[in-house]
Amino acid sequence: MFYREAGQFKTSYAADQQLLPIPMDRVFVIAVVLIAIFVVPVVGSQYWLESILLPVLILSIAALGLNILTGYCGQLSLGTGGFMAAGAYMSYKIATNMPEFMPVWVPILGGGLFAASIGVIFGLPSLRIKGFYLAVATLAAQFFLLWLFQKVPWFVNYSISGVPSAPPETILGFYVTGASASPEAKYLFVLAFVIVLALLARNMVRSRIGRSWMAIRDMDIAAELIGIKPLQTKLTAFAISSFYCGVAGALWSFCYINTVEPTAFDIERSFQVLFMIIVGGLGSVLGSFFGAAFIFLLPILLNNVPGWFGLQLATDVVSHLEFMVFGAAIIFFLIVEPHGLARLWQIAKEKLRLWPFPH
Amino acid sequence: MNDSGAAPAAETPTAAAGTVGRPNRIGEVILKAENITMRFGGVKALSDVSFDVRRGEVRSIIGPNGAGKSSMLNVINGFYQPQEGSIWYLGKSYSPMRPYIAASNGIARTFQNIALFKGMSTLDNIMTGRILKQKATLAEQALYIGRGRSEEIEHREHVERVIDFLEIQAVRKTPVGRLPYGLQKRVELGRALAAEPTLLLLDEPMAGMNLEEKEDMSRFIIDVNEYFGTTIALIEHDMGVVMDLSDRVVVLDYGSKLADGTPDEVRNNQAVIDAYLGVAHD
Repeated sequence: MFYREAGQFKTSYAADQQLLPIPMDRVFVIAVVLIAIFVVPVVGSQYWLESILLPVLILSIAALGLNILTGYCGQLSLGTGGFMAAGAYMSYKIATNMPEFMPVWVPILGGGLFAASIGVIFGLPSLRIKGFYLAVATLAAQFFLLWLFQKVPWFVNYSISGVPSAPPETILGFYVTGASASPEAKYLFVLAFVIVLALLARNMVRSRIGRSWMAIRDMDIAAELIGIKPLQTKLTAFAISSFYCGVAGALWSFCYINTVEPTAFDIERSFQVLFMIIVGGLGSVLGSFFGAAFIFLLPILLNNVPGWFGLQLATDVVSHLEFMVFGAAIIFFLIVEPHGLARLWQIAKEKLRLWPFPH
Repeated sequence: MNDSGAAPAAETPTAAAGTVGRPNRIGEVILKAENITMRFGGVKALSDVSFDVRRGEVRSIIGPNGAGKSSMLNVINGFYQPQEGSIWYLGKSYSPMRPYIAASNGIARTFQNIALFKGMSTLDNIMTGRILKQKATLAEQALYIGRGRSEEIEHREHVERVIDFLEIQAVRKTPVGRLPYGLQKRVELGRALAAEPTLLLLDEPMAGMNLEEKEDMSRFIIDVNEYFGTTIALIEHDMGVVMDLSDRVVVLDYGSKLADGTPDEVRNNQAVIDAYLGVAHD
């Protein structure tokens, strides 16, 4: 932004290794978080909170999870939807069977842990296979898991429809899940998960485990000869990634669509999250948020643009146009900036630092 | 080789003479390659090769292209598993050696074609050399508390000393993919040094370098050997460098050992002259 880094000297390694070493960055991020907590729920309309911010935030968690696995550890996965479903179904099972006194975040985290263990199992082939072949193996996870949750009625408490409603749960007397919860409460509940999980992700990627992931991604042979255990490192990435996806899946069911249903986690969802991290930026925590916002909001924007210009287009024309522009945007990004929106943001900052005098 | 690049080694024409200036520099045998035979399908990359490395010495492996030099290093640190033979290292015999065991027992290496982590900064690359020394649990790292935080700072200090030693302070936070070739080689040496190795394996540390860069690299190799007492086994094609730096040289040709001895002995060995140095004789 509009500040200079010159003259900001660090006198200790601790100061240099902070999450945000530049004070202005720190102030900016804290301000964004405070606004998100205190201002947005007050000024945001129900439509914005419930139909825009909520899904974007939840998908950011999933994108963050996939970014850990694909962006940081270099293991391509198409099983995101399956892992999200694992989180959703298991947290439903826990939420409907746990004693009254247990807080609502227990089933959410439980769903995440279940997804993590599933992720480890489907991560096992990653020792032997790489790249597209691994993507096919994780695709198996996607189809197998959805099939499993549809075929085994135990997960939905033998519900006859097979698509049960999310159980309403409360925190301090406020409903935060299910159809009856207010948008503000749901938004804050999801935001809490987003903030904590994003912070943990940032800490992990700047620590030993993050460097091990990136080492495996960039040069697995050298990593192994340094003493990094490939299988253990990859499985940790699978576990943590699936945990994030599982939590996202649980929140998606509990707070956004209010039902637990397989169609919400089909292969389209896996691709959607994959596009998010490609467009947002592989190997960037911030990019996961940019990507989630871009991919989710672009279709909504495209839908509304003809209306703003007073064009009366048929619905099918609009939806076809939407596909075309969307596809073109993704191709444009892949060609012009393969490192995604996060890299564009970084370039913009570097340019602004010198602006208006480029020398 | 230019004298500024190898001044201390210039006074070591033989291992015996070399110990005059620095008594007891070279100690006991720490590594023995015992009858290593390595086949890739029908091709014999190494056949029945044996040699040893003593503590504190600079040991060179030379030979024409395809002689099996790199394969030998790969066998020593467990990346290749030979069909026959074993690696004896610090009192234990391994057949075969495994990469993790090699790394955790202080064998570090650099690669012929730079094998850096291109997406990471110089600092992070060298920090990966400390991975085996970091013991923080996943929770400590995720929350950045306790050892998760203190280890990062403690190891950063050590890495900064390596960075100072190699004079790469200016590129500390640059992604290594953007660095010129010579600097990348230096960062790779830094990553190996960060592990505080007992035995450092260098695979063609000066390949593709100009004279000035070679002098710098020779200086670093001598300094590492002298100040840290690190044992070095290196592969190099530049005969001037090899003869100046090494205490002992082993010569491979077509996968078998041709000669083994001090640079002078090797230089005057008729088999080596015939097979490798290519001097006509009648």
